Amino acid sequence: MIELEGLTKRYGEKVAVNDLTCTVRPGVITGFLGPNGAGKSTTMRMVLGLDRPTAGDVRIDGRHYDRLKDPLTYVGALLEAKAWHGGRSAYNHLLCLAQSNGIPARRVREVLDTVGLTAVARKKTKGFSLGMGQRLGIAGALLGDPRILMFDEPVNGLDPEGIHWIRNLMKSLAAQGRTVFVSSHLMSEMALTADHLIVIGQGRLLADSSMADFIAQNSRSRVRIRTPQRERLLDVLQGAGITVVDPGAEVLEVDGDKSEAIGELAARYRVVLHELSPQRSSLEEAFMRLTAGSVEYHAHDGPPSGPRERPGPRQQWGSEWRKG
Amino acid sequence: MSTAAQVVRSEWTKIRSVASTVWTLSLALVVTVALGMLISALAKNEFGGMGVRDRLSFDPTFISFAGTGLGQLAMIVFGVLVVANEYSTGMIRTSLAAVPQRGTFLFSKIAVATVLALVVGMATSVLAFFLGQAMLGDLGASIGDPGVLRAVVGGGLYMTLIAVFSMGVAAMLRSPMLSLAVLMPFFFLISNILANVSATEKIGRFLPDQAGSRVMEVVTPIGDDTPYGPWGGLGIMVLWVIAALAGGYAVLKRRDA
Repeated sequence: MIELEGLTKRYGEKVAVNDLTCTVRPGVITGFLGPNGAGKSTTMRMVLGLDRPTAGDVRIDGRHYDRLKDPLTYVGALLEAKAWHGGRSAYNHLLCLAQSNGIPARRVREVLDTVGLTAVARKKTKGFSLGMGQRLGIAGALLGDPRILMFDEPVNGLDPEGIHWIRNLMKSLAAQGRTVFVSSHLMSEMALTADHLIVIGQGRLLADSSMADFIAQNSRSRVRIRTPQRERLLDVLQGAGITVVDPGAEVLEVDGDKSEAIGELAARYRVVLHELSPQRSSLEEAFMRLTAGSVEYHAHDGPPSGPRERPGPRQQWGSEWRKG
Repeated sequence: MSTAAQVVRSEWTKIRSVASTVWTLSLALVVTVALGMLISALAKNEFGGMGVRDRLSFDPTFISFAGTGLGQLAMIVFGVLVVANEYSTGMIRTSLAAVPQRGTFLFSKIAVATVLALVVGMATSVLAFFLGQAMLGDLGASIGDPGVLRAVVGGGLYMTLIAVFSMGVAAMLRSPMLSLAVLMPFFFLISNILANVSATEKIGRFLPDQAGSRVMEVVTPIGDDTPYGPWGGLGIMVLWVIAALAGGYAVLKRRDA
């Protein structure tokens, strides 16, 4: 279990992590989601004691990280790619980590086998591809057979096969009752792996809930309607007290889960419908709506020299998010 | 096993598993010994043409260590890379996640590197002395002469201390390029200039290398007024090393990784 309490990190004027309080629990995959630059990596570095919090506290099973004896046997972490000496072989890299925490050398061969790097174990790591590097980082995280695993953007730059592998690995680790804390800036990735979500934006906690609750709370359901008799349908809907979002639009939309009511109304008043479909906004949309106010850099649709556009739903969220 | 013993083992694995350890240390040995032999051979040829004063100051032991000035640069590179490569490669984050006790981490690393530098430094010093004396022939000193054994042991300690000083500086500066850009010109040029220009001579001789190299002298040059002896000089160098290590520890303790 990882407990964050009022965790705050300032770099001069800039607040990277702002009064973050939450708990990462065992047995489930907790997704740590936020736009790039939201403070995810900084938070993870503070969990490991690499960065010192400006204020607040973070505890691993009730203790500070630097009070853990042989910390790799408590927490395994995949930090940003390539946190090792490229001139050292994969085997020796893992061996020196193992020795520092009293882990037997046999375990090095086991984790190399688990991540599929046995064949290149004696090769210098500077020749490794991005995917091999991620595998080596994961091998390092698994080395101490820890109860808590932390992965910072594990799928970054991986091919589909690698992404699939990491996803399954995380699921099996959580199924074994371990705490799995994984960061990502991709909602779609989290939707496929995480059971619980912690969302931050500009260092502040925006959501801390189960994936199911998050979807229910943050996605809006709508009904999409196309009809050749739009004026008539608008009258019917108005008569029934149903509000259309934008009566001028070509495709009509109605807020809420009202497709059955609308279908029955259309049948009763003999309005022809070409489409009547319940829509559930995607998680990506929910995430964007949630973090809309906290994205550091917005991109705008309009021409660069044109008048400033008012921020609106047509913005291309995320296209210029800073890597963090 | 105690944490410190585990970390020492781990640091030994780290240091023996990168190529830079081998090439920096072997370069230090080869350059120091070879240059010492060359200058010893030249000194032997020139001895006949020297004045009385120069002949009285002739120090065959010190001459055989003439390669130290250049060879120590490889020791500096060794010391810098051992520490600063952690930062330049990003390994530091992995290392500190494995060993969050930063003092244990830094001093285990420095202890392992120091022992290795001491072994190579002593071998270098012994080889430089005996091969240098062989070049000097009948002008050479014997290991049994007064002060000679001290100079040979001191030569090995000097090489070691230069490496440890560099480790401390690298821990403060946290970048191999920056550390080398500060240390190389300082020890190769600036320190020598400061110690040989009369205006700065009195300060210059308290610099680590100027004070420390005194231990390799057996014959005190005529007119020398250095206010410390061979061990006193090495003591001054040790103080510099302690200061560099304290600075390096303070930076590692305080800064984010």
